[in-house]
Amino acid sequence: MLTLTCPYCGATVEETELAPGGEAHLKRFGPGASDADFESYMFSRKNPKGVHFERWRHAYGCGKWFLAARCTATLEVFGTYPAQTTEPPADLVAKIKEKRPTWEGYE
Amino acid sequence: MANRRYSIFAVAREALRYHAGWERAWASPAPKKRYDVVVVGAGGHGLATAYYLGKVHGITNVAVIEKGWLGGGNTGRNTTIIRSNYLQDPSAAIYEKARSLYEDLSQDLNYNVMFSPRGLLMLAQSEHEIRGYKRTVYANALQGIETRWITPAEVKDLVPIINIDGPRYPVLGALYQERGGTARHDAVAWGYARACSNMGMDIIQQCEVTGVRTEAGKVVGVETTKGAIDCGKLAIVVAGHSSVLAEMSGFRLPIESMALQAWVSEPIKPTIDVVVMANLVHGYMSQSDKGELVMGGGTDGFNNYTQRGSWHHIEETTRALVETFPIVSRLKMLRQWGGIVDMTGDRSPILSKTPVEGIFVNCGWGTGGFKAIPGSGFAMAELVAKGHSPLAAEFGLHRFREGQFIDESVAAGVAH
Amino acid sequence: MSTRLSKGGRLIDRTQPLAFTFNGKPMRGYAGDTLASALLGGGKSLLGRSFKYHRPRGLVASGAEEPNVLVGLGRNARFEPDQRATTTELFAGLEASSQNHWPSLEFDVGEVNNLLYKFFPAGFYYKTFMKPRWAWKHIFEPIVRQAAGLGETPKEADADRYEQAYAYCDVLVAGGGVAGLAAALKAGRAGKRVILCEMTAHWGGRAPVDGGTIEGLAPEDWVKTTLQALEAMDNVTIMTRTMVAGLHDHGYVICYERVADHTPGDGRPRHRLWRIRAGLTEVATGAIERPLAFAGNDIPGVMLAGAVRDYLVNWAVSPGDRVVVVTNNDDAYRTALAVLDAGLTVPAIIDARPKAGGALVQAVKTRGVPVLEGRGVARVLGHKAVKGVEICAQAGEGGAIQTIACDAVAMSGGWSPVVHLWSHSGGKLNWDAAAVMFRPDATRPPTGDAGQPLARCLGAANGLLTLDAIAAEAGLTAQVEAEAPIVPVWTMPAGASDALKFKSFLDYQNDVKVSDVQLAAREGYESVEHTKRYTTLGMASDQGKLSNINGLAILSDTLGQSIPATGTTTFRPPYTPISFGAITGEARGEIFQPLRKTPMHGWHEARGVHWEPVGLWRRPYTYPKAGESHRDSVNREIVNTRSNVGLLDASTLGKIVVKGPDAGRFLDMMYTNMMSTLPVGKCRYGLMCNDNGFLMDDGVVVRLSEDSWLCHTTSGGADRIHAHMEDWLQCEWWDWKVYTANLTEQYAQVAVVGPKARKLLEKLGGMDVSKEALPFMTYREGTLGGFPARVFRISFSGELSYEIAVPANMGLAFWEALNAAGEELGVMPYGTEALHVMRAEKGFIMIGDETDGTVIPQDLGLGWAISKKKADYLGKRAQERKAMVDPNRWLLVGLETLDGSVLPDGVYAPAEGHNANGQRNTQGRVTSTYYSPMLKKGIAMGLVKNGPARMGEVIDFIGDKGAVIKARIVDPVFYDKEGAKADV
Repeated sequence: MLTLTCPYCGATVEETELAPGGEAHLKRFGPGASDADFESYMFSRKNPKGVHFERWRHAYGCGKWFLAARCTATLEVFGTYPAQTTEPPADLVAKIKEKRPTWEGYE
Repeated sequence: MANRRYSIFAVAREALRYHAGWERAWASPAPKKRYDVVVVGAGGHGLATAYYLGKVHGITNVAVIEKGWLGGGNTGRNTTIIRSNYLQDPSAAIYEKARSLYEDLSQDLNYNVMFSPRGLLMLAQSEHEIRGYKRTVYANALQGIETRWITPAEVKDLVPIINIDGPRYPVLGALYQERGGTARHDAVAWGYARACSNMGMDIIQQCEVTGVRTEAGKVVGVETTKGAIDCGKLAIVVAGHSSVLAEMSGFRLPIESMALQAWVSEPIKPTIDVVVMANLVHGYMSQSDKGELVMGGGTDGFNNYTQRGSWHHIEETTRALVETFPIVSRLKMLRQWGGIVDMTGDRSPILSKTPVEGIFVNCGWGTGGFKAIPGSGFAMAELVAKGHSPLAAEFGLHRFREGQFIDESVAAGVAH
Repeated sequence: MSTRLSKGGRLIDRTQPLAFTFNGKPMRGYAGDTLASALLGGGKSLLGRSFKYHRPRGLVASGAEEPNVLVGLGRNARFEPDQRATTTELFAGLEASSQNHWPSLEFDVGEVNNLLYKFFPAGFYYKTFMKPRWAWKHIFEPIVRQAAGLGETPKEADADRYEQAYAYCDVLVAGGGVAGLAAALKAGRAGKRVILCEMTAHWGGRAPVDGGTIEGLAPEDWVKTTLQALEAMDNVTIMTRTMVAGLHDHGYVICYERVADHTPGDGRPRHRLWRIRAGLTEVATGAIERPLAFAGNDIPGVMLAGAVRDYLVNWAVSPGDRVVVVTNNDDAYRTALAVLDAGLTVPAIIDARPKAGGALVQAVKTRGVPVLEGRGVARVLGHKAVKGVEICAQAGEGGAIQTIACDAVAMSGGWSPVVHLWSHSGGKLNWDAAAVMFRPDATRPPTGDAGQPLARCLGAANGLLTLDAIAAEAGLTAQVEAEAPIVPVWTMPAGASDALKFKSFLDYQNDVKVSDVQLAAREGYESVEHTKRYTTLGMASDQGKLSNINGLAILSDTLGQSIPATGTTTFRPPYTPISFGAITGEARGEIFQPLRKTPMHGWHEARGVHWEPVGLWRRPYTYPKAGESHRDSVNREIVNTRSNVGLLDASTLGKIVVKGPDAGRFLDMMYTNMMSTLPVGKCRYGLMCNDNGFLMDDGVVVRLSEDSWLCHTTSGGADRIHAHMEDWLQCEWWDWKVYTANLTEQYAQVAVVGPKARKLLEKLGGMDVSKEALPFMTYREGTLGGFPARVFRISFSGELSYEIAVPANMGLAFWEALNAAGEELGVMPYGTEALHVMRAEKGFIMIGDETDGTVIPQDLGLGWAISKKKADYLGKRAQERKAMVDPNRWLLVGLETLDGSVLPDGVYAPAEGHNANGQRNTQGRVTSTYYSPMLKKGIAMGLVKNGPARMGEVIDFIGDKGAVIKARIVDPVFYDKEGAKADV
């Protein structure tokens, strides 16, 4: 039973208030994209055992989608941030690097 | 190592000398330098792949390597349900192949896997489910799978403890597979392991793959914690960790790993003789031979490698089961646990060649892997040995590019 | 023989005798007794039968670790199987019965298994019962199942109720012994929010029984003082009868409060399940004593030394008059002293250590008890009760040196910290060879959301087994006798013969013996998990509390490796079993799940409606009149609607407003068709796909004003579609200026349908609803009968139809007004089934019937609703993939049987031949099929390979029992093909 902090409300909330939404920062490919790009966008997932950037919606709260950096092996949450970005904030990436020196980083 | 045949006579003979004469069920050798085929993962699917490579295709220079202990992943964590009442042709084919192999598996392996075709019900609790399950019955008939639609009264006859008149979701009938049931999950892994070992294959436990070696786009071997092993072909059969192995091999899979939980009651005398799945309310239950009621529901929705799930799923499913079987309220939960299941984009498995020549992958069984073990191993062995298997043909990675999905969600929107 | 002593018993109140029954026989105990102490005090030592061999069994323990004495409790709707006697508080009128025997506890036919024990070693069933194939299911498995299991099945639904509660705290303390009380006091004084849970009804843990002094006070007095201090603190909550069942991720703790187990039927909830978010869980859960593995260590009368002490001191119950103590540590000598203090006899202490010499040993020796050093028990004599013990050299193979007559044996193999909670979420353990125990590794705790430790172990749970060490850890001082070191003893004697090992039990309940673990190791089940699963060691309902460490040590010995090299099995929640009733809470029956009701719900219900669950809603399926079948009722509703006027409660329909400067652009992405060009006041049917190309929802979109659109969704789809819209708005096109609002429950909606619909609305009076003022597929706002209304000229039935939305709080009044005004027009409500039939008569698709997650709009002849002009919409790229443009896709057609019968729902049409897997090839299937009362024949829709090009062709469908049903491929519009009836 996770707890995550919604970056909009500032509230630390129970998993039961949230809806998970899978990997974050996927780039959408639409008409004109190659089969390979479209397939990769739809289905290929990093699914790391370790640091994972992912989407959550504060579904039974403010209704906002937000993003989280979380370790899938320990469930540690490194931070949450608004969804309106194409990559994780630099300070969060730095914080994760400090906590997980062997992490290969966000590509 | 030729292993003594198991039989009631052997047990009786051993009884007279305190069972001192039993040999190891499987050998525990150091890895050889090279194998024709290396199977990564000594769960049910990996061991079954090795077994049918030997039995059907005569390939016995095989190693099955396992980072932990054999059968220690989802093979030993599932709720042991076996059924083949799937809707789409490719699923129905492979699950029915598996189910039919289960029928004779104890005799085939000379190891009692306790396949118990006690019957399996999927309850219909909405008009939508009635239509979905009736459709499945008609599809199954053309697929050569025996299923039928039964009435609420027939459901009650089969499951006297069920409440068919629940105020919210009364039971409107059920999809019944008489030859569905359960088996003893650990025994499946152990039986295959013993049979593989008897064929001269090496089962190497406590051996983690740390790298995959390729040359010119072709696999040549693996690096392991017990040294480098060369191989002609590599079969990756590591539910829950498929993405990790794929990453080592240089490709990605359409997979996300999630936790799926199960739990049991304290043991009671025979209470329910069939497997019941209530998909609308998200729960299923059967009784083990030890007397525990075995229960489970849906997966968590987020990526997770911890083998621990979230408590609220247990509450939701327990409510569903208490609503369906009111007497459960007065029983107690003995033990809960979790496994990591790999979920694909269409929730159907992957048995496929990969971008690397000689590497084959078998994964993505999601919540339904145990029931598929013999069929999955049979198809995977054929795929590895011949490069093509009719049972596996539709389950290739190509389907995600071409949009040729195998989507079963219409028939069963719940874990099982 | 066990008996109640005339004096003593710190927990019992002799002024309050309580009558109860065991196996129907009347017995008496006292308030403060557990069922176990009352039974033992009543002279009952044979109390159960084991799982596999049906061996006679009695109490081994005094607490939650008891493996043997599980009883059936209560009767009828309050019957509970498998309840531990040791954790059941006695109450007047308690009814208990022993389990797993036939015909009686004293004479159990199943005990034949015990005589044949040699034939039933670990895993024998994997090697046998394989022939003939059918025999497992039909002969062997039923025998195994009947023999296995323990308690009886409850026969009635539960009469009790259960509650659930939430709590939050900085510090949760699990365990109300000295360590737990001290920890709670410390945290409480520091101003933390503290919850202290004790699973029994009493505070103090072992200390009041084991003695010593804390801060100069007798333990009992220190406990009392500390409790008073805790009770005075507002920031501290203390709970008895509350077990911390599991420590889950991010500090989510499940606690199980047995509120009224000891006062059944008093109106309170039986159990309460607490979900607590705890900053830190202090694990002060104590330790559990280990049995010693000698032959006959399961005969009734052989008990843990600590338990013997508990029964004597707490409940004034003696397990026997002559108690032999067998041990490898000093603590068990306290039991000898307690036995002597009770005026009973200790014929000898058998100490497996070569030398015994601590203060406790001296104290016992001083009282004249012989201490036999370097000795072990070769075997216990007796069957249903202990008669004596044969003594041997511990270092030998079990040759008897002497026999000592006794009627009880108190054994101690040392103590194991209770580290379950620590381990549930990943806390790690170290093997402490000197202390002979796994103890928590404080450097590898379970971690929380910020990587911080979630738990800390204290006291005995932290491996501190003596009162002075426990107190020191808590910053207190305590005095207690010093103890000499323990010496590990895993089998007794060390070189026990096979014959002895086959009778030396590790897991009592599951009848796992030393020989079984060794057999598993020999056969290659070398991993601790393999051994556990092969032998079932630790898998009984005590979850290995007594057996795991002993089994692990014997496995390690057999494999010739150290205990840490073998490792432990994983501890799984809950600590002891918790009721499914508590896990369910109050969510049962009508409130099993939330019920969503439309404003007209009560009206429908009052008219005997037949409901259909749709998501969490209930929708009227049909409104049968007295004596009318559902089918007749549906047909009546259809005929009436098509010839007069019908009313449908359409309030469940999703209503999402999309508003803003970029709303049109946004909807063009959401829908396959063009919505931005829809004129204000107009309606358009829209299709929504996911980005994987599949049809996910449909509905009519209305342009309310220049910058706002109203999107109708399917009944089940409103929340899902709203979330889907928000997903794309927030995560992909966050710079687009659009707001969405899900107004589904803000409006009641009624479909007024049929040739007399307009007449009905005109009777209500108000806005102009004429064809000219309000043509087909348009929308106006106004009033009807005084109700503010949004009126949509849309039709899902092919009839003249108005869908009218009014504010939800006026929904019922509006519905009643329509019914009243329509009476002379023959108005009748109709339900979902009539709706379905009418839409099928018109060839309209239904999400969930024609679609199943594998269908794209192009399959359904809905190409007209897919904009060719748009560069992009969700699903467009996906629909260009190879499989989506395959000319062999199955496409929507109408189907009619040649004889007018109704095609069965879901039937398939086979094609020539079989596929590579031996399955019949198929070429189509039925997606919707109904009897049309208008056309007086069956009509159906289906997906058929290349169907629209095959109009008129007759194909076979395979129905029940292989029956061939011939059906003709026809246009899917069966009724009013020209659409004349709607557009009037």
